[in-house]
Amino acid sequence: MLKNFLSFTLLLLLQTNPAVVAAQQNGENVWLSEDELFQVSYESQLNPIIINQIHGWKLHVMNAEGNAVSDAVITVKGGMPEHNHGLATAPSIEASGDGNYLLQGLRFHMMGYWELELSVSQGSISDTVIITLDL
Amino acid sequence: MKLFIFAQFFKFILTSGLLLAVGLCVWLVLAYKPPAAWTEAEKAVINTLFLASLPPLPVDRSNAASTDIRAVEMGHALFFDSRLSVNQQISCATCHRPELRFTDGLDKARALGKSRRNTPSIVGLAYSPWLYWDGRRDSLWAQALSPLEDPQEQGNNRMAIARLVTEDVEYSQQYQAIFGELPDFSDRSRFPENAGPELKSEWYAAWVEMEKDDQVLVNQTFANVGKAIAAYERILLPAPSRFDAYVQSLVSKESENSRDIFSNDEIKGLRLFIGEARCIECHNGPLLTNFEFHNTGIISYPGDLPDRGRVDGVREVRRDPFNCQGLYSDQEPEQCLELIHAREGVELIGALKTPSLRNLKETAPYMHKGQIRTLAETLNHYNTAPFAMIGHNEAEEILGMLSFELNQLEAFLGTLQSPIDVDARWLEPPQ
Repeated sequence: MLKNFLSFTLLLLLQTNPAVVAAQQNGENVWLSEDELFQVSYESQLNPIIINQIHGWKLHVMNAEGNAVSDAVITVKGGMPEHNHGLATAPSIEASGDGNYLLQGLRFHMMGYWELELSVSQGSISDTVIITLDL
Repeated sequence: MKLFIFAQFFKFILTSGLLLAVGLCVWLVLAYKPPAAWTEAEKAVINTLFLASLPPLPVDRSNAASTDIRAVEMGHALFFDSRLSVNQQISCATCHRPELRFTDGLDKARALGKSRRNTPSIVGLAYSPWLYWDGRRDSLWAQALSPLEDPQEQGNNRMAIARLVTEDVEYSQQYQAIFGELPDFSDRSRFPENAGPELKSEWYAAWVEMEKDDQVLVNQTFANVGKAIAAYERILLPAPSRFDAYVQSLVSKESENSRDIFSNDEIKGLRLFIGEARCIECHNGPLLTNFEFHNTGIISYPGDLPDRGRVDGVREVRRDPFNCQGLYSDQEPEQCLELIHAREGVELIGALKTPSLRNLKETAPYMHKGQIRTLAETLNHYNTAPFAMIGHNEAEEILGMLSFELNQLEAFLGTLQSPIDVDARWLEPPQ
């Protein structure tokens, strides 16, 4: 019984906890990277974001000092950790100047908790930003 | 001694009887207790399934004629026209029968031969970014072209179909009004009787002999036939069902009346659908489908290898000359977002498209090859979550629902019946 209880507690602790990820959100819709090297904000073409509709986001990337980062290389992946599956689409990201980037081809195909993982690299530094959504 | 054995036996009977009675009481309470009132959160989820929440039909920019009523009329005639087949006997409506919500009641479609898969309904398909169970076409019009040349379906060739449109007085007038000038296919030295790529050898040989520019003229006319059929198919949308009347009552001030619309079992089935049974994860939105591809461990059709599904479909749609980025599409190639961002990968092995759950009564048998004949068997499949024969079953969690719960789910699914939301004249051949 105790063994079961401990395993269950351990499982709970190991699972991605939305509350922990959300704590990395730095102000309104500004998401801090794991090592605090970058900050990313986004504006969705769909407001509110709804399921089953392909759309894009405008991303704005800043460094730790709050200056726009225009020369980053960003890749994206994501999914529903609770369901153990990825995105329905293969989105892409292109720079559009002044720290802005166009993230295209997002379509969320289920309601629930989603994570979007942006890997941001600028020269020799790189960091990961996890944006969470509850649809 | 005998008395002792008798006493033990009597005790066993009494205990068993008592346990049985308690079990029966629990069962009866669980099965028949009145459903709890909906929470606001549950109502919000239910509202996402409401037909009135359906967004406006997206414009198909790859088909400039998609909303042209003249194209709807022409497409209506083409849909029911058996002259489009090589033996003059098979129309689109042969397999997509209006009285069966545009399905055929068979496990696999039968036309000239036996098709690879089950005939899907067309109703509401204009909302889907992908066509076919494996999404190997990306528009209604590109899909409509495929059966015309499929040897198991209508078995014809694009040259013969282009010529039919030219030679039929009514079609040629309609065509020119919608799409502009019709090419002149009368010169048999340039345009043979029958020709088409990847078809039977003499037709293929005739096709490769043709000038490239002439092939483009034939393809253009052929593509426009598909675009007219697609314009007709776009108008086939579901009307509100009893479920929608229930939601209407639930979200309006007349919520007291909702109990008259749904039985207790139907209410409980709906609660399972949006909750414990997890159906809503894929069967979401007002059409009860996300039009996405999932492997749910459906057993292979007897004698067939397991279906590779979307993993092949995505490759095929990329090389389809009639796709959104192709020469015959009216869309700018860089605007074909679904095609550009279509994903690939091992997750898609054995994955097939989620169908709508509206009008299940008429659309049996179920699954991509009609492997499951009844709703009860379908629910049992998801309840037991078998291993996939190929790839990985996404719905791997055994739900473990009790039989009365499965009955409640089935009762709820029965409330999604509704007619097609068009005038009856569109559901029969034009006069």
